[in-house]
Amino acid sequence: MSKYRILSIVLIVVFGLAVYFNYSSQTPGSWSSRFAFKYGLDLVGGTELIYKADVSAIDPSDVSSAMDTLQDVIERRVNIFGVSEPLVQVERAGLVSGNAEERLIVELPGYKDIEEAKKALGKTPLLEFRLEKDGTRSVLSDPDLAQNASVDELFTPTELTGRYLKRARLEFENTGQSVIALEFNSDGSKIFAGITKGNIGKILAIFLDGEIIEAPVIQDEIVSGSAVITGITDAVQAKEIVRQLNYGALPLPIELVSTQTVGATLGEKALNAGVSAGIWGFVLIAIFLIVWYRLPGLIALVALVMYVAFSLTVFKLVFVTLTAAGIAGFILSIGMAVDANILIFERMKEELRRGRDLATAIKEGFHRAWLSIRDSNISSIITAVVLFWLGTSAVKGFALTLGIGVIVSMFTAITVSRTFLFALSIKENRVVKFLFSSGFHTITNDKQSITKN
Amino acid sequence: MKIISHRKIFFVVSALLVAASIVAMIVWGFPTGTDFTGGSILEVSYVNQDRPDISEMDTKLSELSLGSFSLRPSGSSGLVLRTREISDTEKAKILGVFSQDGTLQVNEERFNAVGPIVGNSLKSKSYKAIIVVLVMILLFITFAFRKVSKPVSSWKYGFAAIVALAHDVIIPTGAYILLSRFTSAEIDLLFVTALLAILGFSVHDTIVVFDRVRENLQHNRETNSKETFEETVGRGLMETMTRSINTSLTVILSLVVLYFLGSEATRNFVFVLVVGIIAGVYSSIFLASPLLVVLAGKRK
Repeated sequence: MSKYRILSIVLIVVFGLAVYFNYSSQTPGSWSSRFAFKYGLDLVGGTELIYKADVSAIDPSDVSSAMDTLQDVIERRVNIFGVSEPLVQVERAGLVSGNAEERLIVELPGYKDIEEAKKALGKTPLLEFRLEKDGTRSVLSDPDLAQNASVDELFTPTELTGRYLKRARLEFENTGQSVIALEFNSDGSKIFAGITKGNIGKILAIFLDGEIIEAPVIQDEIVSGSAVITGITDAVQAKEIVRQLNYGALPLPIELVSTQTVGATLGEKALNAGVSAGIWGFVLIAIFLIVWYRLPGLIALVALVMYVAFSLTVFKLVFVTLTAAGIAGFILSIGMAVDANILIFERMKEELRRGRDLATAIKEGFHRAWLSIRDSNISSIITAVVLFWLGTSAVKGFALTLGIGVIVSMFTAITVSRTFLFALSIKENRVVKFLFSSGFHTITNDKQSITKN
Repeated sequence: MKIISHRKIFFVVSALLVAASIVAMIVWGFPTGTDFTGGSILEVSYVNQDRPDISEMDTKLSELSLGSFSLRPSGSSGLVLRTREISDTEKAKILGVFSQDGTLQVNEERFNAVGPIVGNSLKSKSYKAIIVVLVMILLFITFAFRKVSKPVSSWKYGFAAIVALAHDVIIPTGAYILLSRFTSAEIDLLFVTALLAILGFSVHDTIVVFDRVRENLQHNRETNSKETFEETVGRGLMETMTRSINTSLTVILSLVVLYFLGSEATRNFVFVLVVGIIAGVYSSIFLASPLLVVLAGKRK
């Protein structure tokens, strides 16, 4: 029996660690605070925007990298809001997600101004550099002609666009005039050098969102990878452009398909409600277990307490976002976690009734209940997986907590309760008989009862 | 075994409830929510005062040409408005109606706008999810009971479980449609989630009973017992009855607490789960196993 005693000490230590981890990760500033619970928008309030990305113009093999870039750019834009834990997520089209289109999901916890968010996220500043065509200058010199000519008639696009921009800065010249200093990345610098080298004396016009800002003439090859826009005299406007350039142009056109905002008070109410429901649910189950199943019930309760601690630890480690539905899933899983123990105890009682001694009855109870536990839990796991696949964030939360809960409960209900039951190494006597009975009866060892059944 | 021999009574009870639910679906239709149809939900609460008269606001809102909309009370001092997708200016006008042109202080608690594309894709995804769960569970049961082909072939266990499953899903749907006649409940993604959770739980329950039947059959073979199939099923049922009831009881305990103390956002969700789990424990005891006996009987 000493094997079970050692194992139960190990379990208690692991349980202690889990409790400590759960506690410390909720304490701000501690080493593990990055594992603090993440709450969904429905609990903390905030804004969710779902965009559809238009990938029709790009090659299917490039979609993945374009979506990654899109995510980066949006992340940078989101950071302007100063929201504490923004979430930018790409949901790919295809069989796995079940979506017909590429989606981008932006969650801004605590942020409520949906109009402002839409504006700041959806804006697509497009920076382009274009070379003059033959005959452009003669058109430009005639105001009437220039007015009617389109950009494409006058300028040919170059490879150089905002994509290659490393950084834009607002600088002031000695005269006090503001200029926009552009710095290209290494690829951009090469392209820029190539363009400037082969086109000395030509106009390289700078376009922002299709509007010409400036049309400087190339004086010399520029290899430094930096350029200056002097055409914008209004400092406020220049600052705005710098901001937009830095936060990047979108690689893909996006369209808003769904928005959601939740007020913080509603969220807080939902969170408190979930927590108090969890506690009361637990208390009721605990009372039921002890009143009905007595000593094994108490051990099941110990297993259940461990179940809660271990599940919460797993939620933290895999960064489950807790939503109202997720909390409901967890509370439901507490109810279901008891199931394995109930199966085992009922089986144990039967074995006792058949006249086996206590140790054999315990062993048989675990052994025979295992198949039922395994088969029935597999069906719950199948459901959880499908739900996760179906999911928007609310449903995913439910599926994850339920799925993790079922898996953890298989461990706690079986391993934990078996270890403790054996570690107690109980000797059989009348008190023990009473403690192992359930409901309104004390088990008697008569073999008559089976034949009656 | 009284349950098996009186099975007709239980079949009739189930059939009546299922029939009533189907009638509710046909007569009243599915109150599909904005999750699936697309549209907007706007929820507001009044600060430091009661909600003004709803019918008055209803009339004012109908002047805004929002198409068909529904305005319902929410909580003690809140309102929920459901409409087609609205523009920002329309939203501002609606808030103007709620606040009686700024004289009342109104808090915007929630605003969802779901485009029709998202709604439609979610709808088809939900159908797919339900079908996938059903198929996988049927396959799993057939697989788990593959060795028990005597005296009843393994697919019959699957079939009985699926009948129980349909029963457990149809009844809460009917109850929910009834609920939606009186409250703002509508069929949303959480409803589908609840149905899928019920699917899992219902099979869970049924499998435990069938598992016991499987074990008893094997035991009978080993001991050359002359027990009939009906008696074996009845015994399996008796042996697992306490467990079925106790397990469902713990789940229902936690759900009832969740219903009363939990978030308002999950209340309808919990309602569906409770009805489904009660239907589930009923069907695993009074429907699936007796049905297995009926299915076996036809061959003899």
